[in-house]
Amino acid sequence: MELYHNITINHYLALSAVLFGMGVLGILFRRNAIIMFMCIELMLNAVNISLVAFSKMWNHTDAQVFVFFIMVVAAAEVAVGLAILMMLYRNTHTTDTSVLNNLKF
Amino acid sequence: MLSEYAFWFLSFVAVFSAAGMIFSKNPVYSVLSLIITFFAVAGHYFLLGAQFLAAVHIIVYAGAIMVLFLYVIMMLNLNKLEEEKRSIWSKSLSVATGGILMLVLLAAVRRTDELNAIAAGEYDAAMGLTQNLGNVLYREFLMPFELASVLFLGAMVGAVYLSKKELA
Repeated sequence: MELYHNITINHYLALSAVLFGMGVLGILFRRNAIIMFMCIELMLNAVNISLVAFSKMWNHTDAQVFVFFIMVVAAAEVAVGLAILMMLYRNTHTTDTSVLNNLKF
Repeated sequence: MLSEYAFWFLSFVAVFSAAGMIFSKNPVYSVLSLIITFFAVAGHYFLLGAQFLAAVHIIVYAGAIMVLFLYVIMMLNLNKLEEEKRSIWSKSLSVATGGILMLVLLAAVRRTDELNAIAAGEYDAAMGLTQNLGNVLYREFLMPFELASVLFLGAMVGAVYLSKKELA
C-alpha cells in the first residue's frame, strides 16, 4: 500500500532491513565496545522505523507508543551499558573486547 | 512528489552515515555519523506523520544518548584508537555474514507483496500529534508507563553502583 506518493510500505521495510543489517555487520566487524554499543542503538532504530511505517499503514497509534517504550528501554540500557564500559576500561585499560577471552574455550 | 525525493534523500543519508559510523577509525567521528543517522531517521518519522516521535527522537537520541557517548569517550580519552589486531580473514568473514543477513531480510521483504494489496484507509493526520498520543499513552498504556519509571530507577541504581570506584 502507498504510504505517500510512490513510496510503499515495502520501501520502509527495505530501509529498516538495510539499517538492521548494517548494525549486525558493525557488531561483527568492530571490536571496540563503544562502536558495538552504537551498533545496537542503530538496530533498535531500524526496528523503530518499520514500526512507525506500520503505524501509518494501519492508521493506528499503538505502534507509535511501542516506539516510545523502545526509546525508554534504549535510554535505560545506555546508562547501564556505559557504566559497564567504564568498569571494563578501569579493569583492562582498553575498550577492545578481544582482550576479554577468559570464557573462550 | 517532494516527499518521495525526501524519502530517497533521507534514506541515503541514513545508510551512508551508518556506514561511516561502522568504518571510521576515530570513535568521535563514529558518534557524529550516528547523530546524522538519527536526524535522518527523525526526518523519516516526520514524513510518516509521527511529529511527536520525531521531536522525542531528536531530544532523546541526539540530545541525551549521544552526548552520553561523547562524554564517556572524553572521560576515557579515546580520540585515538589503537589498531585492531585482527586477521583480514576474520574481518572479511564478518562483512560476509552481515551482508548475507541483510540480503535475507531484503529477500523476505520482497516477498511481502500482499501488504501492497491492502487498501489505503482513511488517514487521520492528527494521529501522531502529542494530544492523540498522550490520550493513548495515559489511558490504554498507563500501567507500562508507570512500570517504565521502575525500570529507570533500576537502571539509575545499577549505573551508579557499577561506576563506583571500588566495588564492595
